[in-house]
Amino acid sequence: MLHLILFVIFAGICAGGALNMLLQKHPINSALSLIVVMVSLAMLYMLLGAEFVAAIQIIVYAGAIMVLFVFVIMLLNAGEDEQTKGSRVAMLFGFPSLLVAAGVLVYTLVLRGGNTASLAIGQFHGTAENISDLLFKEFILPFEVTSVLILIAIMGAVLLARKGGTE
Amino acid sequence: MTANLWIIPLLPALGAAVNGLLGKRFSKTTVNAIALGSTGLSFLWALRTAWAFLAGGSQPLLSEYGAWLRIGDFSVPYALYVDQLSMVMLLVVTGVGFLIHIYSAGYMAHEGGYYRFFSYLNLFMFFMLTLVLANNYLLMFVGWEGVGLASYLLIGFYFLRDSAANAGKKAFITNRVGDFGFLIAMFLLIKHFGSLQYSEVFSTVASRFPAPESHPGILTAIAILMMVGAAGKSAQIPLYVWLPDAMEGPTPVSALIHAATMVTAGVYMVARSNAIFSRAPEALAVVAVIGALTAIFAATIGMTQTDIKRVLAYSTVSQLGYMFLAAGVAAYSAGVFHLMTHAFFKALLFLGAGSVIHAIGGELDMRNMGGLRKKIPVTFWVMTIATFTIAGFPPLAGFFSKDEILWQVFSSPHGHWALWLVGIVTAFLTSFYMFRLWFMTFFGEYRGAKASRDAHGHGGHDAHGHGEPHESPWVMLAPLVVLAVLSIIGGWVGVGNRFEHFLAPVMQPVATAEAPAGMHAVNGEPTSTPINKSEEGEGHEKQLEMTLMVTSVVVAFAGFGLAWFLYYKRRDLPERITDKLGTVYSTVLNKYYIDELYYNAIIYPLVQGSTKVLWRGVDAGIIDGTVNNAAIGAKHASDNVRHMQSGNIRSYAGWVATGAALVLVYMIWMGTR
Amino acid sequence: MVPLSFYLVLSAFLFACGVCGFLIKRNIISLFMSIELMLNAVNLTFVAYAAFWQRLSGHIFVFFVMVVAAAEAAVGLAIIIAIFRTRETLNVDRVNLLKL
Repeated sequence: MLHLILFVIFAGICAGGALNMLLQKHPINSALSLIVVMVSLAMLYMLLGAEFVAAIQIIVYAGAIMVLFVFVIMLLNAGEDEQTKGSRVAMLFGFPSLLVAAGVLVYTLVLRGGNTASLAIGQFHGTAENISDLLFKEFILPFEVTSVLILIAIMGAVLLARKGGTE
Repeated sequence: MTANLWIIPLLPALGAAVNGLLGKRFSKTTVNAIALGSTGLSFLWALRTAWAFLAGGSQPLLSEYGAWLRIGDFSVPYALYVDQLSMVMLLVVTGVGFLIHIYSAGYMAHEGGYYRFFSYLNLFMFFMLTLVLANNYLLMFVGWEGVGLASYLLIGFYFLRDSAANAGKKAFITNRVGDFGFLIAMFLLIKHFGSLQYSEVFSTVASRFPAPESHPGILTAIAILMMVGAAGKSAQIPLYVWLPDAMEGPTPVSALIHAATMVTAGVYMVARSNAIFSRAPEALAVVAVIGALTAIFAATIGMTQTDIKRVLAYSTVSQLGYMFLAAGVAAYSAGVFHLMTHAFFKALLFLGAGSVIHAIGGELDMRNMGGLRKKIPVTFWVMTIATFTIAGFPPLAGFFSKDEILWQVFSSPHGHWALWLVGIVTAFLTSFYMFRLWFMTFFGEYRGAKASRDAHGHGGHDAHGHGEPHESPWVMLAPLVVLAVLSIIGGWVGVGNRFEHFLAPVMQPVATAEAPAGMHAVNGEPTSTPINKSEEGEGHEKQLEMTLMVTSVVVAFAGFGLAWFLYYKRRDLPERITDKLGTVYSTVLNKYYIDELYYNAIIYPLVQGSTKVLWRGVDAGIIDGTVNNAAIGAKHASDNVRHMQSGNIRSYAGWVATGAALVLVYMIWMGTR
Repeated sequence: MVPLSFYLVLSAFLFACGVCGFLIKRNIISLFMSIELMLNAVNLTFVAYAAFWQRLSGHIFVFFVMVVAAAEAAVGLAIIIAIFRTRETLNVDRVNLLKL
């Protein structure tokens, strides 16, 4: 019961934040809404027993990435969007396909998925210990590769953002 | 025994190659030496071969030089073969050819392209000798085509003249139409007899179709198709139209190719294939009818022409008709006999005409000649001998051969009195127009005084710029004299069926009760007369033969008489007669408008069809169109697809979303199936 | 007790919002944020399934997705800054030099 109430609350905040992100005109408002979405998602992770993931969601996503976004918005002094002509294709093809995809997904997952089982709080734990055990034994290779990836990303970012262009 | 027959055709080939490739830098003497030398040596070797042949008991000589084609069971060798028939042809070709080479050295002395002329002439000799010496139809066909090529090159020798170039094309193309028939005949031979070699084909034919009553359809087909080829090469109806135009070439060419040798290739082929023709009586009838019709048809046209070479050209067509008439009544040896004598006197006539033309500075129209008897006496005398020969006066060569043909036409089981009638009328016409030519050229007043001022005659041959007709140099006259002598004595080899007996082993008999005339028993022993009946029957035949002989002599005299009357005594008459005849005369004068008929009925529709349908429609429209339109279509398609790349990120996003949705749906659909 | 499908529907909804935002928004940075939203939706799916199947591989995957998202955000924003420097605009419709 509690599980359901908590879920509804946080899911509602999540969905509301997402919608708000869409509807806002100023990017900074969108960014702040997105932060709200991130945090509520972290709560949902907690409900699902993924403690570690929730923690790093807050730290990395909400704490680092979104901050980065906010910094950039402030740096570039992004204002309200001016009105420009959109793309006909996007409207003509994009939205219908989106609706179709979403509809199909929902239909399949809900009505045909047979996922009516439930999870109780506390039944499953994704502790740091368990995750690290997996990470450094089975998934050691992707781990190392992603570290290289981060390194490259850092270099790329530094290079791109240097004053004087990208020569 | 190795006869080394390869020397005979190869020497002229070498001469042609050397003169053709290097002749431009040679002096006239060197070119002469090479050309005449190669032909002369070839003639000497032919003589030696003939001597070896006769000394060796008349056994056929065969020289094999390996296989040319080998396809499964079918093979064709390079092989040269001499038997009686090819020996006769060989001697005629090399002998007359050599004489004409000598003549040309004088006649063409002032012409440009001297080396080219002799190169082509030697090339022609090579191909003709290949044709004559081949032991299979395919090698003969090589020679056949080759002489057609040489004829084209030589007719169009003055290629800068439109009429000459067109005449060359006409000759070659008309020949090709005939060659198509010959090719189909060869294909049929391969299919039904499995070989193209004479020995194999003829023995197979003999064993499979022993009796002529069996009327085998396949042999008739082959024979008629061969006749089509022969009609093209030997200028018979309906493919004779190229020969009169071929007079555009230099006169020695007309003498060699279109009188003595190339045009006789068709007769040679029919004579060589006598085993096939004798077993197909319908085909023989076709040959005889074509020959007879051509003979009289060409003779009527020859009566009206005023160009001296044209008259001789039509005369050639007519005489070839005689040869085919003989072949058509299965009197092949008579046809070959006439071929030989015709080579002598027709070559003499042409060369003599060339001498006349040379004498008066290039004039060809007989109306502008006359009275040349005193001015060019040697030419006059040789031309006289030739004219009397062709008219059939005894004891000259033409009498013997023509008479033999007429007799065979009348008496042979394949012959018919109607054909004989056509033959005798043609003999009368021949005598008439030849003597007309003789009188117009050599008698009366010289009418060419004004014409020779500007020597721009039809041929544009030599530009001496002489005012008075003068005799030709001895290099030209010597061959004329030799040919004249041959015209006189040439017929004497045929007296008393000697020629027939000589060729007997080649002309295989068809041994049944209905033995066609002119055939002898296979063991080579000659029976004394063609038709072996009882003693009294034999006497009766002799009487008939005598009667016919006398008739033909009378007819020859009649022609002489009429020509004398019209062209010597009463010169004004011909014009009044032709005026009276009006349209009839002009139709004959214009060659019965056959050329125009061919053009409108065949050539023009073909060319138009080819241009409009095949060129513009199919080639440019469909084939090019398909390729071009494929490219244009691709360009248009890509032009339209290009708009996807708009640079607009949101449209890209839209496309991505669409694609992703499609993939998603597809995967779900696959998963839930 | 919350059935799995609830989480999945929420995830789908978030994803749809992300795509929507990507199609609608005109500011490049807003575009980017929509992409982040999409990634998060996917993360939710992974974690939900991990919980229901009692396996930790889902969490690991989320871990890696986050790493990649971080790297991508960094580089992407650097690009945006570079574009801003040259084009003086953050309007995505103006960045159309690839137009044929």
